[in-house]
Amino acid sequence: MIGPPDDAPVLEVDHLQIDFVTRRGTVHAVRDVSFTIAHGETVGLVGESGSGKSVTAQALLGMIELPGKIVGGDVRWKGESLVHGPGVRRTIERVRGAEIAMVFQDPMTSLDPVFTIGSQIVEVLRRHRRLGRKAAKARAVELLDLVGIANPAARIKQYPFEMSGGMRQRVLIAMALACEPALLVADEPTTALDVTIQAQILELIAELQRELQLAVLLITHDLGVVAGVCDRVAVMYAGKIVEDAPAADLYAEPAHPYTAGLLGSTPRLDIVLDRLVAIEGAPPDLRLPPPGCAYATRCPHAVERCEAEQPSLERFVALPLAGEASEEDAVLAEDELDDPARTGRTVACFRADDLRRQRVSA
Amino acid sequence: MTSATSATSTTSTDPARTGRPVPSDELLVEVDRLSINFPVGRSGFWGQHQQWVHAVDDVSFGIRRGETLGLVGESGSGKTTIGRAILRRIEPSSGWIRFRGQYITDTKGEELRRLRQYMQLVFQDPYASLNPRMTVLQLVAEPLVVHGRAKSIDAARGDVVKLLGRCGLPEDAADRHPHAFSGGQRQRIGIARALALRPAFIVADEPVSALDVSVRAQVVNLLQDLQHELGLTYLFIAHDLSVVRHISHRIAILYAGKLVELADSDSVYESPRHPYTEALLSSVPIPDPPLQRARRRIVLQGEIPNPIHPPPGCRFQTRCPLAQDRCRHEAPPLEEKAPGHWAACFFR
Repeated sequence: MIGPPDDAPVLEVDHLQIDFVTRRGTVHAVRDVSFTIAHGETVGLVGESGSGKSVTAQALLGMIELPGKIVGGDVRWKGESLVHGPGVRRTIERVRGAEIAMVFQDPMTSLDPVFTIGSQIVEVLRRHRRLGRKAAKARAVELLDLVGIANPAARIKQYPFEMSGGMRQRVLIAMALACEPALLVADEPTTALDVTIQAQILELIAELQRELQLAVLLITHDLGVVAGVCDRVAVMYAGKIVEDAPAADLYAEPAHPYTAGLLGSTPRLDIVLDRLVAIEGAPPDLRLPPPGCAYATRCPHAVERCEAEQPSLERFVALPLAGEASEEDAVLAEDELDDPARTGRTVACFRADDLRRQRVSA
Repeated sequence: MTSATSATSTTSTDPARTGRPVPSDELLVEVDRLSINFPVGRSGFWGQHQQWVHAVDDVSFGIRRGETLGLVGESGSGKTTIGRAILRRIEPSSGWIRFRGQYITDTKGEELRRLRQYMQLVFQDPYASLNPRMTVLQLVAEPLVVHGRAKSIDAARGDVVKLLGRCGLPEDAADRHPHAFSGGQRQRIGIARALALRPAFIVADEPVSALDVSVRAQVVNLLQDLQHELGLTYLFIAHDLSVVRHISHRIAILYAGKLVELADSDSVYESPRHPYTEALLSSVPIPDPPLQRARRRIVLQGEIPNPIHPPPGCRFQTRCPLAQDRCRHEAPPLEEKAPGHWAACFFR
């Protein structure tokens, strides 16, 4: 489900670059990342540790602190910059929590252990919504009910330690939703949870997304988690987005060799393979990112050009090969050339078209 | 009811797969009616009542030589406790463990030390399980020296270097410290250390859970290759059913300290008998959007029961969609529902 066609994206991340200055050198954690999120759209940002996915998310809410620094690019919320300009602090203050809300991986450390969960939700409501004590309390009970917590009136009197991990994550989602945000950023929201609880939380996010017309940015390392929830998926590797595509297309036919590698090395419950196709080697050191494609050293399809030159994120379409895309489709795609959110796919690989041709002819 | 240990030998033989070597019929490890309770706080007037966590309750299974048994459960299900008990690192409250036909539950002293050479543990966290002050050579050679297989660390160098190479580590790895390696490589060091004594049996406790997806596949492949070459037997403990299904011959599913299902890994997936297994399988996301969206998911309500006061009857009754009155009073025994397929449910 993609937002109404004439809807401008609510969030634009535009050539974002983030560095971390350490004693052992500068780590280029995010290297020229661009993507957009439309109203009500669910986007998955997938990558392994160190790919820059969480840092990107933190930049959305002005949470990059020293030694980290945004050294280039911009993040715009409904056209307003969250990075540059004189009033940026105030813009962030206004947007954070109220329009963009965030849920983190660890539901224990995100809650204050010495206050009841009720008082923590009430605080959010009183601060951002200027509600009175009574009204805020009533709303807190409503919110807990919304996220599927049974007996919410009694639960608001409990402390975080009295709740299980899944329950705490629900509380955090309730807090995030307190101000009716337009975008929920969820950074590995289910990684610390058991599978059955993970299923509950994912179900909840999907439900809320439908009911509240919420846009969601789901950050995860798990391609499985994204599959059931997201409209669109962006894959990050070594600080860059290497592929951005509608979820169904990405899984059916990964265009970037890294995406294909990730899918190949993920064991599936429904398909038994003799052997997993592992990606050999390890990601590059981002203090000294390679001059070419960061994946080239691990890529089975790399050619000379890949090591010398950086591929940029370019539009990837189904080539008009026999029986694939009709003329009409191709024309439609031309019209929408400037809107990657709708045309579907972008990929940063010199060999993407070659590889696709090979796949089709095979 | 007969215990499932005796039943394992009747299990139908596995379809020969290149990824999973066919195990022999000989049982290498047998666990019989194992229960483990841990004392926790006291309650009552002046703390007269000792409280117990019932971590593992009456669990029986066997592992054949050359087999990988996947032990699956959520946090608090008792899977790690069972693994540690087999290695004699945790004392069972009741029940027996046999290794190569010998009862080892009461083994002590020098005999236990000798026994430990044959059973080793691969840890989950490759960052916390290796001493940062030791070189890789020292780490891997240490067990050899401790058990008198090598006179000194340096005398073991030749063997260690060979072993490191076998585990996919670079040639110069021996003289470096763990911090010089990535998570995947550290896990390879952990595996090399576990293999140094040439054990027959390895308990791998969530060996790939801390690793990134692409590296995880490397380590899973390594474990499978080593099993082929060295005829190892694995108890593979994990919460990730996709990995477990990939690597295991058979799968044992635990819920709140109880063994609820035990069968060939294909039958567990294709025809699960226990409602918890069904729910667990349906919770595992499949990386295929149309398929994942079309799947019938059984989303369980509620949470795992408190292990100090487990519910009476079947421990799953508080969340079970099939639960009836009988389940609330009587614990269902583990029964053979089909050849080699064991489950503990009255209604399946």
